[in-house]
Amino acid sequence: MTQLPQSTERKMGLVIDLDTCVGCHACVISCKGWNTENYGAPLSDQDAYGANPSGTFLNRVHSYEVQPAPTDAHPAPAAQLIHFPKSCLHCEDAPCVTVCPTGASYKRVEDGIVLVNESDCIGCGLCAWACPYGARELDAAEGVMKKCTLCVDRIYNENLPEVDRVPSCVRTCPAGARHFGDLGDPDSDVSKLVAQREGMDLMPEMGTKPVNKYLPPRPKDQIEDQIDILAPLLAPIAEEPKGFLSWLDKTLEKL
Amino acid sequence: MNQPKIDTSPKVSDEVRKTTCYMCACRCGINVHMKDGKVAYIEGNRDHPVNKGVLCAKGSAGIMQVNAPSRLRKPLRRVGPRGSGEFREIEWDEAISTAVGWLNELHETAPQKLAFFTGRDQSQSFTSFWAQNFGTPNYAAHGGFCSVNMAAGGIYTMGGAFWEFGQPDWDHTKLFMLFGVAEDHDSNPIKMGLGKIKARGARVIGVNPIRSGYNAVADDWVGITPGTDGLFILSLIHVLMKAGKIDLDYLSRYTNAPVLVNASDGPEKGLFLRDADGKPLVIDRVTGEPTAFDKPGVRPDLSATYEKGGVTHRPVFHLMADKYLNDEHAPDAVAERCGIPAKRIRAIAAEIARVAFDEAIELDQEWTDFRGETHSKMIGRPVSFHAMRGISAHANGFHTCRALHVLQILLGTVEVPGGFRFKPPYPKPVEAHPTPHGDRRPGRPLEGPHLGFPRGPADLLLDEIGNAQRIDKAFTWENPMSAHGLMHMVISNAAAGDPYKIDTLFMYMANMSWNSSMNTKGVMEMLTAKTEDGKYVIPNIIYSDAYSSEMVAYADLILPDTTYLERHDCISLLDRPICEADAAADAIRWPVIEPDRDVRGFQSVLVELANRMSLPGFTNEDGSPKWKDYADYIVNHQRKPGIGPLAGFRGENGDKEGRGEVNPDQLNRYIENGGFYVAHIPDGADYYKPWNTAYQDWAVGMGIYDSPQPYLFQLYSEPMRKFQLAAEGHGDRQPPENLRQRIKDTMDPLPIWYETDQQGNEGFTINALTQRPMAMYHSWGTQNAWLRQLHGRNPLYVPTKLMRKHDLQDGDWAKVSSPHGEITVPVMEMAALNDNTVWTWNAIGKRKGAWALQNDAPEATKGFLLNHLIHELLPPKGDGMRWANSDPVTGQAAWFDLKVKLEKAAPPSDAESQPEFNALESPVGTGPKDLAWKVGK
Repeated sequence: MTQLPQSTERKMGLVIDLDTCVGCHACVISCKGWNTENYGAPLSDQDAYGANPSGTFLNRVHSYEVQPAPTDAHPAPAAQLIHFPKSCLHCEDAPCVTVCPTGASYKRVEDGIVLVNESDCIGCGLCAWACPYGARELDAAEGVMKKCTLCVDRIYNENLPEVDRVPSCVRTCPAGARHFGDLGDPDSDVSKLVAQREGMDLMPEMGTKPVNKYLPPRPKDQIEDQIDILAPLLAPIAEEPKGFLSWLDKTLEKL
Repeated sequence: MNQPKIDTSPKVSDEVRKTTCYMCACRCGINVHMKDGKVAYIEGNRDHPVNKGVLCAKGSAGIMQVNAPSRLRKPLRRVGPRGSGEFREIEWDEAISTAVGWLNELHETAPQKLAFFTGRDQSQSFTSFWAQNFGTPNYAAHGGFCSVNMAAGGIYTMGGAFWEFGQPDWDHTKLFMLFGVAEDHDSNPIKMGLGKIKARGARVIGVNPIRSGYNAVADDWVGITPGTDGLFILSLIHVLMKAGKIDLDYLSRYTNAPVLVNASDGPEKGLFLRDADGKPLVIDRVTGEPTAFDKPGVRPDLSATYEKGGVTHRPVFHLMADKYLNDEHAPDAVAERCGIPAKRIRAIAAEIARVAFDEAIELDQEWTDFRGETHSKMIGRPVSFHAMRGISAHANGFHTCRALHVLQILLGTVEVPGGFRFKPPYPKPVEAHPTPHGDRRPGRPLEGPHLGFPRGPADLLLDEIGNAQRIDKAFTWENPMSAHGLMHMVISNAAAGDPYKIDTLFMYMANMSWNSSMNTKGVMEMLTAKTEDGKYVIPNIIYSDAYSSEMVAYADLILPDTTYLERHDCISLLDRPICEADAAADAIRWPVIEPDRDVRGFQSVLVELANRMSLPGFTNEDGSPKWKDYADYIVNHQRKPGIGPLAGFRGENGDKEGRGEVNPDQLNRYIENGGFYVAHIPDGADYYKPWNTAYQDWAVGMGIYDSPQPYLFQLYSEPMRKFQLAAEGHGDRQPPENLRQRIKDTMDPLPIWYETDQQGNEGFTINALTQRPMAMYHSWGTQNAWLRQLHGRNPLYVPTKLMRKHDLQDGDWAKVSSPHGEITVPVMEMAALNDNTVWTWNAIGKRKGAWALQNDAPEATKGFLLNHLIHELLPPKGDGMRWANSDPVTGQAAWFDLKVKLEKAAPPSDAESQPEFNALESPVGTGPKDLAWKVGK
C-alpha cells in the first residue's frame, strides 16, 4: 500500500464551469493529443476504424438531461441538458494512491498532483476500481494505468512561453469554462471564483476531498417570472395604426 | 516521501509551423508542432484573430486527419460500373489528359455542358474565376443547400449577414439571442463569445427546437416549432412597435423607413420616389419638402406623407405600421403555431425592450456620418442576435431572415456598440455586389461572375424563349434571387435533361451521393442512370476529394487532393475572409508537411487544366501560362490593379496593405507572421460603418470599395417589389402563368411569414431535423479515429411525449416515413426537445466501404441519414411540373421543412438501419486495427 503525503505545498487543480461548458469536447481531444505525444506511454486506440472503437482518454465529457421538479411558479419546467467534463480530481485523500500495491500511484508533495509512475505500474487496475469517479483508464496497448497529469509536463515547462504553462484542456477550452490554479491559496483567482460562484465538490460523501471544483449551472428559464415587472415596458402607445402615427408625430417632435 | 523525479520541462517540439485549420469553416489559426519532420501536436494560435489560441475538438484532432487511412493516394480511373468503387490507379499525366480530353472541346463549343460545382470549398473566388474563364454558366458552391437565405436575406436587407459577414459585439452586448444555430456552426467564435458574455452574467436566449450545445447553456430556452421563427419574430416586432420600443432616430437616419413609396397605379407603384439623379426621396423635417435621402443636413421624416397629382405617397414606415401593428401578429394569435406561450413572447419582447433602451450604452467617441453631421457619442443598444441554418433552411426562410434583420434594425442595434457588427468587406450594399452572369460564350469567358444579386427581372438568367440558362435554374422565376445557386438541383436537373443535358459533371468536396444531397438513393440512381444505348445519362463525372468518400465511387475520374496541412490556400478578402468587426484579416495555408502520396492540391490541378486548355484569364498574350500553380496565382493574380487574393504585405517591400503591387515574397511574409495578416480599423471608424465616413474612407484605402458606399438599410426591398410588379403584369419580362400568383405572394417587399407548401404532407405531422455535433463537421474530412469515439452513433432522438405515445424505449427501432420514403432506425429518448420534433446527427451514418472504415463499423451498420426522407422536389401537383423543394425566393434547399410519421418497428433481421446499401469497393482498403500515434522518442 502506498502513502499519501500529510499535506501538500500547493493544491493545484481545475475549476470547471458547468454554466458555460457547451459540451464541445475540445478539452477531451486536446488532452488526447498532448498526452499521446508527451508524458508516458501514448494514449492508444483499439479497433480504431472498426466496430467497437475504444481508446484511452484522460478526460471525458458526459451529458446529462435534468428534469427540474415542478413548482407552483413553474408547473411544467422544461428539461435541461448539462455537460459534465470529468477527469482526475487530484483528491487530497486519494483512494487510488493508498490502494496501489507497488507505489506507482503517488500524490506529489509540491503541488498535490496525483501521478502514475508508469515504470512501477503493473496494470493491476486496483486504483481504477478504488476511484469513485472512474477517472483512471488502463491503456490496452501499454498495459499501464493512465490518468490526468494536470499536464505536469506543461505547467512548469520552461520550453513553453509562460502564458502556455497551463494544462492543455484549459488552454484550448473555447468557452473559457476551465480554470487552473492553486486551490490551496484562498487568494488565488480560482479560489475566488469558487467562493463567488459557490463551487462544489463532486460526491463529497465519498470523503476523497477532491481538489478540482465544479461551478454549478445558474438557474434557467426564469424570463416569464419577470413579466409583472417588465409589463409596463410594453404598454401600448396606441391600439390603432392611426394612433401609432400620431404618437410617431409627437415623438419625432421631441427628437 | 520517496517521490520519482520527473522531467517537467521536456522539449515540446523541434519547430512550430503556423497555418490555418480546415477541420471546419471557422478557419482558426493553428500551431503545428513538428518532431522529426512529422506532425506531433496541434494547438490554437494565440495571435490569431479568429480563435485567439483556443481550438475545438476537430482542430486538435487534425493529426488524425493527416494520418487518416481514408486518404486517397493516387489518381483513379473507374473500371467497374459507376457506384461500385472499382478503380485502377493512374498517373497524373493520364488523369490530366483525360480531363482535358473531356473539357477542352466543351470549352470551345458548348461550355454550358460542363457543370462545375464545388462543395465546402474555401477558394470560391478562385474556382469561380476558373469557371468564368472556362465559359460555363454552371458554377456554384454549396451555399444553395446550406444557408443562402441567411446570406441573401442579410445582404438585401442591410448589406451583410451573420458569421463571415458580422458578429455580435461580444464585449458590450447584454442580451444575446440566437436562433436556429446548430452545434457545429461558427464553432470557436460563438463559444468564445458565449464564454465572454456569461462571465459578465449577461443573458443568453436560445431559440431552437433542440436544447443541446449552445442552447443547453442558454439562460432561457425557447423550444420553437420548426419553420415558425418568422411568425415569432414578427410577433416580437408587433409588440415592440405597439409599445413604441423602437429607435426612431436610428430609423429615420439610417434606414429606408422614411423613404417615400410611389402610390400611383402603374409600373412604378410600390417603387421609391426618386429625384432626377435617381436618389430615393424623403420628406425633410426641416423644409417639409421631398429631398434626396443623403443631402447634407436633411432630417428624414418617418411620418410625413407627400401629396402629388391627387395621390398620397407614404413613407415605408407607414406601410410597416399597417402590416405589423395588425393583430394577426399579436402573441396570442401566434403562440399555438409557434409552440411558445404568449406570456413568454411578451416577456422576451419586454426584456429586449428593457435592455435596448434602459441599459443603452454610450461610448465617448466622435464620428461623422455620410450627411456630414458629427456626433459626439456612439449610442449602443446592447441587444444582439445571431442565427443560421435553423431559420434559413425552410421554404419561408428568406423572409424569416429578413424579419430578424428588421427586428434588429427597429431596435437600432445594428452596427452600434453592444449590437451586431459587420466584418470587412461588409457592410456592402446590394448595389456594390455584382449581378449574375450566365451567357454562353464558347471559347470566351463569361462577362462577369456567375453569382450575384438580381435587382429585378432584367437580371434573371433566361434565354430568348424564357428558359433557364443555368442547369440548376438559378435566377429564374422559380427562385429569382438565388444568389448562391442551387447545388441540390444540379444532378436532378442534369439527369432529367431539364433545362438541358450536360456532358461533364465536375465536383469538388461535395459528397453528393451521400449526406450532401436530399433524396440520396435517388441521386445514386441519377448518377448511374443510362440511356437506351447503354451510356450514362451524365456522360462524364470528375471528382476531387482528399478522402475516400461515398461520392468517389460515383465518379469516372478521381483527382486526389491533399490534406489541409499539405497545401497552399488563401482565405481571401475576395471570398470568405477571417475578418473581425474591428479588423480586416486574411490568411494562408502552406505545406507544413509534404504529401507522402501521389496527390496534388486541387486548385493547382485547376491551374494546370486551365493552362492545358489555354483558358483566357490564365494565359498571357503570347500564349504562355500566367501561373504554374495555386501558390503562384495567390501571389501574382490581380483582380484589379493592386488588388489580389491577399491584402497583406503587398508592394515591392511588403509594406502596403489592401492595395499595392505584387510582392514576390508575400507568402514568406505571411508565414513569418503566423500565417495571417490583420489590418485594424481605426478608432472611431469601427461602429456605424455603413454611414461612418471614417470607415468608408478606410475601406476605400484597403481596396474594399473603389469609392465610399454609404447606404440605407432596406427594411422595404425594392428589388422584391420589382419582381412583384412583373407578376402584376408590368414590364416586358413576365413570369410564366403558373408562377404568377406565387411571385405576387412571396416577393412581398416587407418581411412576411407563410406556411410552407404542405401539399402531400397529410398524415405526416412530426418535424424532423438534423444537425452536426460540435466535434464534427459535415463530411469534408474523414471519419476521424479520435472523433468517431465521441460521435460514432446517431440514434433518432425522440421527445418524451412521442416515446410514450408510440410505446418506445431507448434502443427500440422505429419506422420513420415521409411522403417520399422511409427509414427504420434505432431511437433514444430526449426530454429537452420540442414535443413534436425528432432529430439526429447528420452524416454520422456512412456507407459500407467508404472512409476506410470496417464494414461492421457502427456508422455503417446503425448509422443512418435522414436525407432518404427528403426529396429535392415537392410531391407532384398534377401539372406535370417539377417543383423544387426550395425557398421560392432564393432556391434555398428546404430540408428543415421535413415532416414525418413515426411507428414502432421490429428490429431489422440483421439489426442494421434501413435502407441498407451494398458495400462499395474501397480504393484505399480499411484502416489499421490499433493506433498509438507518438511521433517523438
